Amino acid sequence: MVDATPHAEQGIPPAETPELELYHPRGWWTTYVFSQDAKVIAIQYSGTALAIGLVALVLSWLMRLQLGFPGTFDFITPEAYYQFMTMHGMIMVIYLLTALFLGGFGNYLIPLMVGARDMVFPYVNMLSYWIYLLAVLVLVASFFAPGGPTGAGWTLYPPQVILSGTPGGQGAGIVLMLVSLILFIIGFTMGGLNYVVTVIQGRTRGMTLMRMPLTVWGIFTATVMALLAFPALFVACVMMLFDRLLGTSFFMPALVEMGELMSYGGGSPILFQHLFWFFGHPEVYIVALPAFGIVSDLISTHARKNIFGYRMMVWAIVIIGALSFVVWAHHMYVSGMHPWFGFFFATTTLIIAIPTAIKVYNWVLTLWRGDIHLTLPMLFALAFIVTFVNGGLTGLFLGNVVVDVPLSDTMFVVAHFHMVMGVAPVLVVFGAIYHWYPKITGRMLNEAMGQFHFWVTFVGAYAIFFPMHYVGLVGVPRRYPELGDVAFATDSVHSLNAFITIAALTVGFAQMVFLFNLVWSLRNGREAGGNPWRATSLEWQTPTTPPPHGNWGAERPVVYRWAYDYSVPGAPEDFIAQNDPGSRHRGAV
Amino acid sequence: MAVALILVLVVVGSILFHILSPWWWSPIASNWGYIDQTLIITFWITGAVFSAVVLFMAYCVFRFRHREGIKADYNPENKKLESWLTAVTAVGVAAMLAPGLYVWSQFITVPDDATEVEVVGQQWQWNYRLPGEDGRLGKSDNRLVTYENPLGIDPDDPYGQDDVVIEAADLHLPIDKPVKMLLRSIDVLHDFYVPEFRAKMDMVPGTVTYFWFTPTRTGTFEVLCAELCGTGHGYMRGIVMVDTEEDYQAWLDGQTTFARLSAPPKVGAMDAVEP
Repeated sequence: MVDATPHAEQGIPPAETPELELYHPRGWWTTYVFSQDAKVIAIQYSGTALAIGLVALVLSWLMRLQLGFPGTFDFITPEAYYQFMTMHGMIMVIYLLTALFLGGFGNYLIPLMVGARDMVFPYVNMLSYWIYLLAVLVLVASFFAPGGPTGAGWTLYPPQVILSGTPGGQGAGIVLMLVSLILFIIGFTMGGLNYVVTVIQGRTRGMTLMRMPLTVWGIFTATVMALLAFPALFVACVMMLFDRLLGTSFFMPALVEMGELMSYGGGSPILFQHLFWFFGHPEVYIVALPAFGIVSDLISTHARKNIFGYRMMVWAIVIIGALSFVVWAHHMYVSGMHPWFGFFFATTTLIIAIPTAIKVYNWVLTLWRGDIHLTLPMLFALAFIVTFVNGGLTGLFLGNVVVDVPLSDTMFVVAHFHMVMGVAPVLVVFGAIYHWYPKITGRMLNEAMGQFHFWVTFVGAYAIFFPMHYVGLVGVPRRYPELGDVAFATDSVHSLNAFITIAALTVGFAQMVFLFNLVWSLRNGREAGGNPWRATSLEWQTPTTPPPHGNWGAERPVVYRWAYDYSVPGAPEDFIAQNDPGSRHRGAV
Repeated sequence: MAVALILVLVVVGSILFHILSPWWWSPIASNWGYIDQTLIITFWITGAVFSAVVLFMAYCVFRFRHREGIKADYNPENKKLESWLTAVTAVGVAAMLAPGLYVWSQFITVPDDATEVEVVGQQWQWNYRLPGEDGRLGKSDNRLVTYENPLGIDPDDPYGQDDVVIEAADLHLPIDKPVKMLLRSIDVLHDFYVPEFRAKMDMVPGTVTYFWFTPTRTGTFEVLCAELCGTGHGYMRGIVMVDTEEDYQAWLDGQTTFARLSAPPKVGAMDAVEP
């Protein structure tokens, strides 16, 4: 095992090869638009992701208005409701969270944190963004297509997805959706290969794998997983496109639609579900692992204490990543697949709780005897732990096959996955933005607006999704635009739904304050300096802030220690930067 | 201080909500009380873990918040503590998984004396078929579906002639008799879901899925579709009535068989789906 002890001063190989020259842009267009600088690409990715995420946010308001006050809004027909629901889910999971964590944070942080000047293939990296943008535009186009976007649910289950009983099924909606996903995967693969190769090949001298910040470990592992998982979605999309446009029957059995026998036959709807979830479950961790990594670094930095059990944290990330490829059919316990699968997938699913629990323990143990600064990034990190533990534990209900039977396809599931892969990762996104905004812009985000944003978002989101579990427990199914009067649910369930809607609108409003803060602080924020959080990792040690193209000035930094030398006994300050050679070296020089 | 207090409030509030709120599952009407019990075990274990973790955090935030002149401990790892926590977690996981798998094995093992009842889903209504006097369902195929033969029953299969066909009407079941629900769809995915029965399963065109249960309480129960099936999904409702034996027989006597329902056109032998 690689030595992770803080003061291992070996492992710094001599620089044998000269550095390659970067291509430096000469004009405005190549600096800010068709840029090959990973940091500019990161901002382009993040801006696009937040913009399309805003669409998803508005769609969620419309859905909540319908659920809270059914029958009040005439324009929210069942067709429209299903379209809002489908686009909200797809945008949040793929076009916002995946793009933001990997394309946004990955691009900005990987080169800086491993001491590289840029990604190893800058041109391909640039292409990655432009294809992602194209994918987003195709997705947006489906809103304006005849018949509107697809309303098949984000899981796109056949056969209904391409039939006339589903909005967009026989129109252009589903075609544009599938084309957009295919483009997204192509674009992502270009970026993803870059992130992986940069971590493996682009690290600076002394940056061993076991000295990397956990942020890099999280993004790196998630990217490897994405490169293995997205191809399953890719082939599923291509086959479905053939079923829809060419009349093949990959996923379509013989069926009678509205009294008419269709020309399909012999295909398997369940095959699609296997392909979708072979991608879809790792996708949960593709979003979660970068969040795990980032939150570890936020907690460590703002508690002025090394992350507890670093090596265990790295191994937990890798083991979770590997296990997440053998749990996919826990989404399909009631799909009609062979019931014996239930034993296998319930066991693997509950085993994954163990490395995940270790991560939680190590986060809270990092707080123990720390020097906790309740900064905005720290507050978001604490809120992440609360919501992630809550959402992770309800996963033990749904993963445990027979307990899933009454709960599957109810609002309990909606509450669970929003808590664990909606609220929790989004809280990390916010924490990370408050943490790294000073490096990106040179200015701090406004504290008062940030406090307002934090408290409304955390308390509000918990008030939305915690009670929602109980709506599901009552038996209310998901994907119902209205429940109506049923014997198993009393009127009070409707009042609870109205409460949840009000909480959702309030939380939505707080996000506007956040967006305003992002713009306002660009000019009016307090000057941050190069290292406002007194952090150890390399991105805070750049000679100028914001870092220019090439990041490091004349010479790349040399790394002497891990990223967690906080409050080292005997050290003059409560942090020692990774590129600080330490007293023994200083004496020698 | 405020942060620690709010973390405590999150725990206390969640527990109080769980205990005091009126929102809980509807009284069970089937033999699957085991599922409810496994769920309760899971609630206890996960509730304890959630409270412990968040209260520990609250304590740390309160006790170790930044104060001038105090430095954090330097403590990279603690193998013993980490192994110990891993072991305790594994025990907790096993305590939930073991009963879960045990009940699952019961869930998928249909008793020999279960009567077969077929549910056929279509956009957006529920149809049913009972085996008739011979106790066997006839073959069926989606390619045989016509206006006169809405369930696609094979007219050449003698077992199908006495099958009872219930199109878009209520289903009745006798109390305390185990039933094996055979699930079929003629168009898209559906899911036969009655909250009080706890059990549910998707219906997949081209194949026959199943689950079993024993109704344990008479009454009228709502059927909902639990798998998105297009625009009418939220309105695909039905009724199941659990009757005493006499009431059930009275209802059954008023139903129509496949043979009486139609004089189906002769169709050549086709690949048929075994029910």
